[in-house]
Amino acid sequence: MIDSFVIPLLKIVIVLNATLVGVTYMVLLERKVIAWAQSRLGPMRVGPYGILQPIADAVKLMLKEDITPTRADKWVFTAAPIISMVPALIVYAVIPFGDKVHLFGRDISLFITDINVGLLYIVSVASVGVYGIILAGYASNSKFPLLASLRASAQLISYEVAVTLTLVSVIMMAGTLSMVGIVRAQQAGHMWFGFVQPFAFAIFFIGGLAETNRAPFDLPEAEQELTGGFHTEYSGMRFALFFLAEYANMIVVSSVATTLFLGGWLPPFPNVSWLSFFGIIPGWMWFLIKSFIFLYVFIWVRATLPRYRYDQLMRLGWKVLIPLAILNLVVTGFVKLALL
Amino acid sequence: MGQTIAFYVLAAFILGFAIMVVTTKDTVHSVLFLVVDFLFVAALYVLLGAQFLAAIQVLVYAGGIVVLYLFVVMLVNLKRPPEEYRDPRRRSVLGFALSAAVLLELGVIAFWSQSNPAPALAAAGTSAAMPVTGNTEQVGWLLYTSYLIPFEIASMLLLVAMIGAIVLAKREL
Repeated sequence: MIDSFVIPLLKIVIVLNATLVGVTYMVLLERKVIAWAQSRLGPMRVGPYGILQPIADAVKLMLKEDITPTRADKWVFTAAPIISMVPALIVYAVIPFGDKVHLFGRDISLFITDINVGLLYIVSVASVGVYGIILAGYASNSKFPLLASLRASAQLISYEVAVTLTLVSVIMMAGTLSMVGIVRAQQAGHMWFGFVQPFAFAIFFIGGLAETNRAPFDLPEAEQELTGGFHTEYSGMRFALFFLAEYANMIVVSSVATTLFLGGWLPPFPNVSWLSFFGIIPGWMWFLIKSFIFLYVFIWVRATLPRYRYDQLMRLGWKVLIPLAILNLVVTGFVKLALL
Repeated sequence: MGQTIAFYVLAAFILGFAIMVVTTKDTVHSVLFLVVDFLFVAALYVLLGAQFLAAIQVLVYAGGIVVLYLFVVMLVNLKRPPEEYRDPRRRSVLGFALSAAVLLELGVIAFWSQSNPAPALAAAGTSAAMPVTGNTEQVGWLLYTSYLIPFEIASMLLLVAMIGAIVLAKREL
């Protein structure tokens, strides 16, 4: 009873809450880092150094008036933020935050579940998330959101192909679709896949930027051309849901990149005995540190690079990333065959 | 027992949403019901223990193909009915006849395959006869051993369709 019901439920509650708190503080981190990149201070008023700013923002968004345009498609308008948020959260079910820990006389594994098709589950759930953006643009019944959502869906479909192809080459290396199995394969192979598959790693990261609509691929919310993008007509908590979904997706991409390319919860050199002092830091801390590096790079890229033009974005996706991903896949296949 | 109840509940939802797909006036709503329908079909696969197929169902149908449908529906404004929409009665007769034919065909196949199971599956017997464990591995093993030729023919068909689409779209390449 406790093992099959109470513990999984507790894990779900903890992961969901940690994610939502993490997401709100990601917003603060982003504002601070961009402010430092531009020689400003960022939010400083609410709490010391502005650390209570996310809470103030959340309260403000919840209390704001929730407007539905009169000519909007009411049902779809209400459903769109939910459709974008739910896939972003249920992906966390298969992400392995760490190995087993011993707590209160029980062995508890630090992931909610380890299913046989873990990686495929993440890809398929993420592909459903696109609907939130398309429907938000359509239901608003307004030209800017519609244009933005057409752009967004074209972008997401294009980059999904490249990202999924790189995942296939990782699966070939690991020989399994299970997220836990992929981490274990990296330990058994004495090498993080990021070093064996540098092209796959690079394509995955660039594709990840595009799939989360982040700079330099944030065309769907280009302020200068499209006012606010697909969520122009949204206000209050519904707007906040889109925002939360975007940041939750950033954390998902970082976690998946960590698991696939940087050894997940493994410390550096887990098999070298005289370097085993890295193991003092527990596995879940290593996981968080690695994911945090990715999140920082996300923000760093936004502060550094200008936005792509739409045709450049499509050209990069279809004429550079997808051929490279296919080439990488073929080479990986031949190398695996030669090593067998 | 629990599985049977779950199957009938899921089947009821699948049929209900399928009816909503064809009866809803608004095209975008109809496409959305189609997505929900596909998700319930994926749940049916999970119930059968075919997790790989379920994930592929969501990825390819719910996440891929229907996004393109939605794209098309949004691009061609379907708010006004098409002009060549003349005789609705005759069309519905044709539709019913076609659906009845498909239903009959499916029923015949279902009855026939119950008495004659697929030879390769019968040879493989239960999953114990396969050298691999795990749902994904078993699907892959079957595709590359017993069903290699149908698999290759399917990939050839897709390749031909892709080349055809490129030729149609890029007349002057």
